[in-house]
Amino acid sequence: MARELFRFKGGVHPPDHKAESNARPIHAAPIPRQLVIPVRQHIGNPAKPVVDVGDTVRTGQLIAAADGTISAAVHASSSGTVVAVEPRVLPHASGLPDLCIVIDTDGRDEWVERTPLDYRAMPAADLRMKLRDMGLAGLGGAVFPSAVKLDAGPAQICPLLILNGGECEPWITCDDVLMRHHADDIMRGAAIMRHLLGSTEVLVGIEDNKPEALAAMREAAARLEFAVEVVAVPSVYPGGGAKQMIETLTGRQVPSGKLSTDIGIQVFNVGTAHALARAVLHGEPMIERLVTVTGHVLRPQNFRVRIGTPMQTLIDLAGDREGATGVLMGGPMMGLVMPNSHVPVVKATNCILVQSRELFPAPPAALPCIRCTRCADVCPAELQPQELFRFAKAGDFGRAQEYHLFDCIECGCCTYVCPSHIPLVAYYRYGKSEIWAREREKRAADLARERHEFRQFRLEREKVEKAAKLAAKAAAARAQAAQDQARRVAPATDAPATATPDAAAGGTGEADAKKAIIAAALARAQAKKAQSAPKNTGQLSPEQQRAIDEIEARRAKIRELARKPLESETENP
Amino acid sequence: MTDTSAPGRDSVTRIMAWVLGALVPGIAAHVWLFGPAILITLALATVTAVAAEAAMLRARGYPLRPFLFDLSAVVTAWLLALSLPPLAPWWLIVTGVLAAIVVAKHLYGGLGQNIFNPAMVGYAVLIVSFPAQMTQWAGPLELTGTSLTLNESATLIFGGELPRARLDAVTMATPLDTLRTGLLQQLTVDETLRQPIFGTLGGVGFEWLAVAFWVGGLILWARRIIGWQVPMAFLAGIVLAAGLLHFADAGRYGSPLFHFFAPSVALAAFFIATDPVSGATTPRGKLIFGFGAGVLTIVIRTWGGFPDGVAFAILLMNLAVPLIDQTTQPRIYGETRTGREPRA
Amino acid sequence: MLTAIGVMVLLAGVIGVALGWSAVRLKVEGNPLAEKIDAILPQTQCGQCGFPGCKPYAEAIARGEADINQCPPGGEDGVKQLAELLGVEPKPLDGEHGVPKPKSVAFIDEQTCIGCTLCIQACPVDAIVGAAKQMHTIIASECTGCELCLPPCPVDCIAMIEIREDLPHWKWRYPQIQLKRVA
Ligand code: SF4
Ligand code: SF4
Ligand code: SF4
Ligand code: SF4
Repeated sequence: MARELFRFKGGVHPPDHKAESNARPIHAAPIPRQLVIPVRQHIGNPAKPVVDVGDTVRTGQLIAAADGTISAAVHASSSGTVVAVEPRVLPHASGLPDLCIVIDTDGRDEWVERTPLDYRAMPAADLRMKLRDMGLAGLGGAVFPSAVKLDAGPAQICPLLILNGGECEPWITCDDVLMRHHADDIMRGAAIMRHLLGSTEVLVGIEDNKPEALAAMREAAARLEFAVEVVAVPSVYPGGGAKQMIETLTGRQVPSGKLSTDIGIQVFNVGTAHALARAVLHGEPMIERLVTVTGHVLRPQNFRVRIGTPMQTLIDLAGDREGATGVLMGGPMMGLVMPNSHVPVVKATNCILVQSRELFPAPPAALPCIRCTRCADVCPAELQPQELFRFAKAGDFGRAQEYHLFDCIECGCCTYVCPSHIPLVAYYRYGKSEIWAREREKRAADLARERHEFRQFRLEREKVEKAAKLAAKAAAARAQAAQDQARRVAPATDAPATATPDAAAGGTGEADAKKAIIAAALARAQAKKAQSAPKNTGQLSPEQQRAIDEIEARRAKIRELARKPLESETENP
Repeated sequence: MTDTSAPGRDSVTRIMAWVLGALVPGIAAHVWLFGPAILITLALATVTAVAAEAAMLRARGYPLRPFLFDLSAVVTAWLLALSLPPLAPWWLIVTGVLAAIVVAKHLYGGLGQNIFNPAMVGYAVLIVSFPAQMTQWAGPLELTGTSLTLNESATLIFGGELPRARLDAVTMATPLDTLRTGLLQQLTVDETLRQPIFGTLGGVGFEWLAVAFWVGGLILWARRIIGWQVPMAFLAGIVLAAGLLHFADAGRYGSPLFHFFAPSVALAAFFIATDPVSGATTPRGKLIFGFGAGVLTIVIRTWGGFPDGVAFAILLMNLAVPLIDQTTQPRIYGETRTGREPRA
Repeated sequence: MLTAIGVMVLLAGVIGVALGWSAVRLKVEGNPLAEKIDAILPQTQCGQCGFPGCKPYAEAIARGEADINQCPPGGEDGVKQLAELLGVEPKPLDGEHGVPKPKSVAFIDEQTCIGCTLCIQACPVDAIVGAAKQMHTIIASECTGCELCLPPCPVDCIAMIEIREDLPHWKWRYPQIQLKRVA
C-alpha cells in the first residue's frame, strides 16, 4: 500500500551532483597529528573546558562539560596531550576565533572505558542527561542538542517519529552512504528514540534519488520487531527540511513559531539516530561523523572523520587539485564559506565542498529586483521574498519582521531562481542578525534604565532617611539642652527675678547646641574630604586636567540638576 | 561575504528575450495585414530606446553592462511600437519611446523601480498630446486591397509626405474608433457593425492579429515566463464588464466577443499587464490587478474620452499596486491566524 | 443671518465643551512622549547630553527645551530615530557633547584599587560592587560604558575596555553588491 504523500509548496530542482561521491565506500580518515576541538559546536551554551594544558587524555574522554540544559559535552576525539586551550578560528562564516581545545595525538588512540547503557532500564530523564554528557547533537546541520529534542515535553509522548533521510541538498551524500552501509545501526537508534518519545509510529523519509539507501533501509526495517515504514519521497529541494519532510509525509504543517512536538511529531536526521545507537549501545560519545568531501577534488567520497580534524587533511586525502577557489561547509544552497581550509571538522560538518571556477562560476552581477515573484513561487516557507528583500535592504527591519522574516529557513531557493541574481539569503541573514543585535541592545538599555531608576529611588530614600536621622538628632539635642537648662534653672528658684533673662539664655543655649552640631559635622566632613583627597592629581598633564575638569563640570551640573526635582518635591508638602 | 546559494540559470535577459520572441507571431501578422510599415516603427523605437537607455544609465552613473543587455528597454520599445498606429510619423514614435524610457523608467529609479508601466506611459502621453495621429490606422489589406511598400512607408513615416490619394487609400479609423464614432452618430451597434471594417468576430483582420498575440502569450505561459493569473483575470474582467453592458443594452454596447478579440486586449493581457515591475506580486493581488485592469478598460472604452482604455486602465491599476499587495499578503507556511489551519 | 451666527456659536460652544471634557477625561497620566523618547535613548546615563541621565534629557526634548542631537552614545542612528518619532528633519550630532565611541565596559584593576567607594557613588546604574576598603569589581553585563566612574577614582585604576566582536555577537554584513559604478 502506497502511502499518500503531500506536496509542500515551492521548492526547486537543482542538479543533484550526488553520483560523484556516493559510489565509493566509506573510508576512515587517519587520525591527524593535531586535533582542534571547539567547545561551541552546537546551539545553546558552549561547553566548559574541564582539562588543562599538559593533561593527557584518552579517546572519548570528556574534555568540556555541558553547561545548562541546552548544551552538549565535548570529548577528546583521540588520545594524546592537551597542548592549548585557546581561541582558534572556527568553521564559521564570521572567521572569528573561539575557544578550542587543542590535542596533540599520540597515535595510539586509547579509549576510555566504554560502558553501554541499558536504556530500557533507565529513567528517561537520566538517559537524557547521559546523552547530553555524551555530546549528542543533531547531525543534520542545525546541531541542536539531541537530549533536548528527545524530551517529549509535558505530554511525555510524541506519537510520530520521523527519521529524515531526505538529504535534499546537492553534492552531499553522507546520509546516503550511511543508510546504505549502516542501516541497522540507524534502526537501533530509532528504537531508542521511539522508547524515549513514546512514539507509536515511525516513518523514514528518503528522497527517491537514493534507491540503494531506500532498499537497505527497507531491509533493515523488515528485521525489526516494531513497524517502521520507509517512504520514498519525491526529490525536491528542500524536501529534506524538517518542516517540509513533515508536510510531505503527513500533510500537516508545523504552526509558525511552534515546534513540531506541539503537533506530536519529532524529526531526527538519520545520522543522529546512528550516533545515538553508538552512544547508547556501545558507550561511544560523539567524536566522529561522516563527512562528504566533494566538488573540485580528484576522488570525491565520504570519510569517517574524528571531530577536530583539519579540513585540509581530508581535502588532501580526496586528492587536492589546482584551481580551488574556496571551501564551503555544507552544500551549495545553504553552506557557509569557510575562512580557510584549515579549520577543523565539527559536529555540524556534513560536507566539505571545494569550489572552483568551473563548478561554481562567480555569480553574474546582481540587477535590481524586477518583482517577477519567481522567488515567491518557490519559497517553501510561502513568504514574499521580494518584499523581505526590499525591507531588509532598506533597513526597515520592523516591516521585514511583519512580513515574517523569521519564518525564512534560509534554504536559498529564492536566490537560486532569482533572474536578477540577487543574493537574497545574504540580505535575510543580515536582517536577522541586525534585528537580534537591536533586541540585545534594547534589553541592555531596559536593564540600564531599570537600574538607573532604582538608583534614583535609592538615593532619594537615603536622603529622606538621612534627613529623618538628622531631625531626630536635632530633636534629641534640643531635649538635652532643655534638660540642661532645667537643671541650671532649678538651683536658682530662689531668684525669680532672673527668670526672664534665663529663659532668653535658654533660647540662645538651644541655638548654640545646634551650631555646635553643625560645626562638628562640618569638621568631620572636612576631615573626611582631606582623607580621601585624590592622590593622583599631583602630576597631571594639561589635557588630563582638562578632561577631568570637563567631566567634573558635567557631574556638578548633573548633581545640581538631580537635586532640583528632589527639592521641589520635598518643598511641596 | 558571498552568499553561497548559487543562482540558477534564469536571468532577466533570458526572460526579456522570451518576451521579444513571443511577440514575433504578432509582428508577422501585423506585416501580413498592414504591410511592412511596422518593421520601420519597431526598428526606430528600438534604436531610440536603446540610445535613451544608454544615455540615462550614463547620466545616472550606472555601468552599461549588464543593464543595457537586460533587453528590458527593447521590450518596452516593442510594446509601445505595437500599440501605435502602423504609419505613425517618426516624431510620434520617438516622443513616445523617450517618454517611456526617460520619464517613466529612469526618472522613477530605473529597472525595477518604476511604478508605472513605461510603455503605457509612453502611449498615454501620446494619445493625450496627439489624439489625431494616434487614431489614424492603416487599413487592413483585406479592405483596402493595397498596402504601402517598405519604401513608401519609410517616406511616410520620416517625411510625412505621400500623395493624398494613396494615403486615403490605405488609412482608416480602427474598428474601435469606428464603433465609438458610430455611437456618437446615434447609430446602433448593429448598424455600425455593418460597416466594412468589421469582420465576423472583431474588426476584419484585427482578429487575426489578436490570435497571433494569443499564440505568443500562450508560449510565454507554457515557458512559465508569465503566470496565468494576470492574463486570465484581465480577460475575465473584459468579458464580464463587456458582457454586463451588452446584456443591459445590446443596441448600445458591443458584444464581449468583439472586445475579447481586439488585438489591443490580447496584447495587454499577455504582454503589458504581465509586466512584473509595475504589477502586483501576491497571487491574489495578481488576480485583482488583472481583473481591475480588464474592467477599467471596458469602462474607459465605453465612457471615457479616448477610443482605447487599456493604457489608462493599466496605469490606474499600477497606482493601486502597493495597496493591493499590502492587503493580499498570502498566508505563510504554518500560519494559522488567517484561517486555514494546517491541513490535518 | 442671526440664526446662522447662532448655529455657529452653538456649534463652537458644543465642540469647545466636548474638547474640554475629553481633555480632562482622556488625559493620559505622565508624559507618553517623553517616555517614547526615553525608549529610544540608549540609557547609558552618561550625562554627555547635559542632563543628569537619559530620562531628564527625554523630558527636555519632549518639552522642546533640548535638541535631538545631543546624545553621543545614541549616535546618528539614534538621532534619526528621534527625528522620525518627532517628525522633524534629522541632523548631525552636536560635536559639543562629544563624539560616539565604540561600546566599551569599565574594568577595575583590582591590584591597584584601594576600596574608596568613590566609583560606586558615581556609577549611574549601580554596576560596581564592593564595600569600603575592599577591592571593587564591575559587573560587566550591567556596565553601560558611561565613563562616569573614571574621574573620581583616586588611583586611576579603572580602564575602559572596548567590547570586541565575538561569535555570539557577530553579525552578518550588509551584502556587497555593486550596482552603481564607483566613479
Ligand atoms: S531562503 Fe527564505 S525566503 Fe528564500 S525561499 Fe528559502 S525560506 Fe523562502
Ligand atoms: S526572483 Fe529576484 S527579481 Fe524576481 S521578485 Fe524575487 S527577488 Fe525580485
Ligand atoms: S548622552 Fe548619555 S545620558 Fe544623555 S541621553 Fe545619551 S546616553 Fe543618556
Ligand atoms: S574609585 Fe577606584 S580605588 Fe576607589 S573603589 Fe573605585 S576603583 Fe577602587
